[in-house]
Amino acid sequence: MNETFEPQILAYCCKYCAYAAADLAGSMRLSYPSNVKVIQVPCSGRVDIIHLLTAFERGADGVYVAG
Amino acid sequence: MDACLAKAVNHDMIAEYKSINVGAIILAPGFTPFDPTAHKTYPYASHPNVVTSLEFERILSASGPFEGHLVRPSDHKEPDKIAWLQCVGSRDINCSDHSYCSSVCCMYTNKQTVIAKEHSTKPLDAAVFFMDMRTHGKEFEKYYMRTKDEKGVRFIRSKVHTIDPVEDENLRLRYVTEAGEIKEEIFDMVVLAIGLAPNKESVDLAKTVGIDLNKHLHAATRTLEPVTSSRPGIFVCGAFQEPKDIPQSVMEASAAASTATSPLATARGTLMRTKALPPEIDVSDQEPRIGVFVCNCGINIGGVADVPAVREYARTLPHVVHVEDNLFTCSQDTQDKMKEVIKENNINRVIVASCSPRTHEPLFQETIRDAGLNKYLFEMANIRDQNTWVHMNNPDRATAKAKDLVRMAVAKAAYIEPLHQVRLDVIQKVLVVGGGVAGMEAALGVADQGLPVFLVERGNQLGGVAHKLLATWQGEPVKPYLDQLIDKVRNHPQIHVYMQTEPVETTGIMGNFTTTLMTSGETLTETVIEHGATIIATGGKEYTPSEYLYGQHQNVMTHFDLDAALAADDPRLATADSVAFIQCVGSRTPERPYCSRLCCTHTVKSALSLKKRNPEMDIYVLYRDMRTYGFREELYKEARENGVIFMRYNLEDNLPDVSAADDGTLSVKIRDHVLQMPVELNPDLLVLATAVLPNENKDLFELFKVPINADGFLVEAHAKLRPVDFGSEGIFMAGLAHYPKPLDESIAQARASVSRAMTILSQDAIMVGGVVAEVDPDKCAVCVTCVRTCPYHIPYIGEEGHAVIEAAECHGCGCCVAECPGKAIQLKHFTDQQLVAKTAALFEKTKEEAA
Repeated sequence: MNETFEPQILAYCCKYCAYAAADLAGSMRLSYPSNVKVIQVPCSGRVDIIHLLTAFERGADGVYVAG
Repeated sequence: MDACLAKAVNHDMIAEYKSINVGAIILAPGFTPFDPTAHKTYPYASHPNVVTSLEFERILSASGPFEGHLVRPSDHKEPDKIAWLQCVGSRDINCSDHSYCSSVCCMYTNKQTVIAKEHSTKPLDAAVFFMDMRTHGKEFEKYYMRTKDEKGVRFIRSKVHTIDPVEDENLRLRYVTEAGEIKEEIFDMVVLAIGLAPNKESVDLAKTVGIDLNKHLHAATRTLEPVTSSRPGIFVCGAFQEPKDIPQSVMEASAAASTATSPLATARGTLMRTKALPPEIDVSDQEPRIGVFVCNCGINIGGVADVPAVREYARTLPHVVHVEDNLFTCSQDTQDKMKEVIKENNINRVIVASCSPRTHEPLFQETIRDAGLNKYLFEMANIRDQNTWVHMNNPDRATAKAKDLVRMAVAKAAYIEPLHQVRLDVIQKVLVVGGGVAGMEAALGVADQGLPVFLVERGNQLGGVAHKLLATWQGEPVKPYLDQLIDKVRNHPQIHVYMQTEPVETTGIMGNFTTTLMTSGETLTETVIEHGATIIATGGKEYTPSEYLYGQHQNVMTHFDLDAALAADDPRLATADSVAFIQCVGSRTPERPYCSRLCCTHTVKSALSLKKRNPEMDIYVLYRDMRTYGFREELYKEARENGVIFMRYNLEDNLPDVSAADDGTLSVKIRDHVLQMPVELNPDLLVLATAVLPNENKDLFELFKVPINADGFLVEAHAKLRPVDFGSEGIFMAGLAHYPKPLDESIAQARASVSRAMTILSQDAIMVGGVVAEVDPDKCAVCVTCVRTCPYHIPYIGEEGHAVIEAAECHGCGCCVAECPGKAIQLKHFTDQQLVAKTAALFEKTKEEAA
């Protein structure tokens, strides 16, 4: 890890709430770092261990499940 | 013309005259924001830093003149102090001719002060000058309390009489405090909270169609027929009827729709055209051929990210056979072109990189279906709401992220499959729970649309609390209306009334519910009914106070008691020389932090009735804020003109002190806000304007899985835009169970619930399924994890010995899929394979990045 380290964050967001909130952040022109990427899921309950482990295995530094 | 990138402006267009035959007309021409230019004491016309609330709304907006940066117009300086002035063009016959209250300005000012503070880069001093704070809408009072107590906005009860321009382009406000002190204060900026005025075109329209206007130049309606104009067949809604907020306008719009269509029920669907769709192309044995459409969204995306670079990047991704970028992918001409491109290139998976699937997925799905593709062969990359709008200051990063998001979408798209929905017949019957005015109006509305209704009432009489009401605020007697309504409901061939009955079990989904009703009597009777929609109208009641000697002194009464006394010509009324009212008893307290909305109007109406009986009677109203919103303000004005004395109290240091002497004489002590002196009243009657409470229905609400708020009122799907719907589909609400409201608003909401239910029931069948869970019987170990996990209780173990999930009933959340230890369940369109591919794609370095 060095000073230029930039974590890659993946967010699984429920389409009804957290994904809508992420859209709202856009409507309000709020700002957050661009190294966060969102995958929409129909419910945070859909997120399985396999998805989390795949993310870490492929190089995610953080996984965020929001719903 | 040149400014419009989409070339949508066509100056050759001319007015066309068309003639159409209709069975009913609904008028919703709205209002005009009050123009304060002519206001002599407020220099709106001459000073740039005096703006209207609508202009301030634009200043706060991200798409406004300063891109949401809070600065004042004259010199673009960030203001330190802003003043809001309420009732500009409302409750004012001096500088405008609008005697009514515009109903919405107090709340929007609260909102503006909070947003202004959030947008300000430094601590902003926000001050609101007002007469009465009218936050009578649902959850509004709590918002007002937060604005005042947590956000530190100053609320000053005073009508500002003069605004003087002073040096540095500032403004000096002169006003008199409640204590009678003359004050001066300098502000950087002044916002005028302008009211809702009638517009000239609407007045002309009313003349053209031949309907009556009231003295305020709004459509004349009666309380008991809230959306019906003076001319049969013509209906009205929204601010044209009376100034009102969004939820009330939305409710009335739906109410107007059902009221207008019920006499036309037999013609329903006769002008419908069914869209002809091409047969679906079978893609099952085709390799994925992906088309990627990257949207510029005008400058929303293209102005930040490098769209051509994203487009060219997409070309390098696996299975991609076509790429293009569009100015607006959602525009009609692009949609038409997209259909051609899909056919020409044999595209079998479509990706649009643009805004959000939440708003635009259905549109694009319809387009690809028109091109012969199954609508699920579609995927979106959200490169606007979740990219260029949040990374607008970093175009390179936004471009890189857009590429990542497109790559992820392409990875998933390679695995997506066509899905087929199943057709489910709709049971065209409605269950209405609650036999009060709202329930009966809803039942009658549905029945008049020609559909059977089951009306269930747990008590032994129809009519609910309306039996205790004497007259509406417009003076219409309630009893004849109520008797007639009960009669119509009892005798309507389509309405089945179940008295002393409660629902005890309910299952099913929108269009297909089964409910068990339990009727009590000498024996318990069980009835099982099937229905396509449910309307909950379980009503409310008057709070029984423990305050102010209620129940201990016979001359302390509630509004219902006074209405009963007025109806019965109680001898106490004839002998009473003075009557005092106390407002907000049980409302707007820490225990019940909501306004009961109707009590102020009820009080002034009752006070006027008493004055009419005995003009010499002394009447006192002890209040906190008079909330006679809309045209009800007329009654408040009339009460003052008739000598009713209004004295303000507050919770902090001026609560009325009520006691009774040994001889029964009542004493009410309070400090008068005008005299600034303590006074003692000895009223013969003391009337308490008590809160409206929802009826207790914990078991029923749990049965139907409908949520309630902290105060016990039902929670709607969206406070502004879906005020009649629940979050779950096929179930609706009306009346006092939703929030305290007067009779006209209960009737409007009930009729709105009819419209909402009819959106489902007017169809013979609905399409369900698609994104649903599917069980692989070979892998199922019958561990019942799915049965236990499902929040909707859908999976069961079938006779064949494995879990069964009915496609028509599955809500598609995928919880069972994640929990199934045997991986025997997959959620269509969100399979593990698809999600893993999408996840892995984020971390796949492209050749250029790796180099």
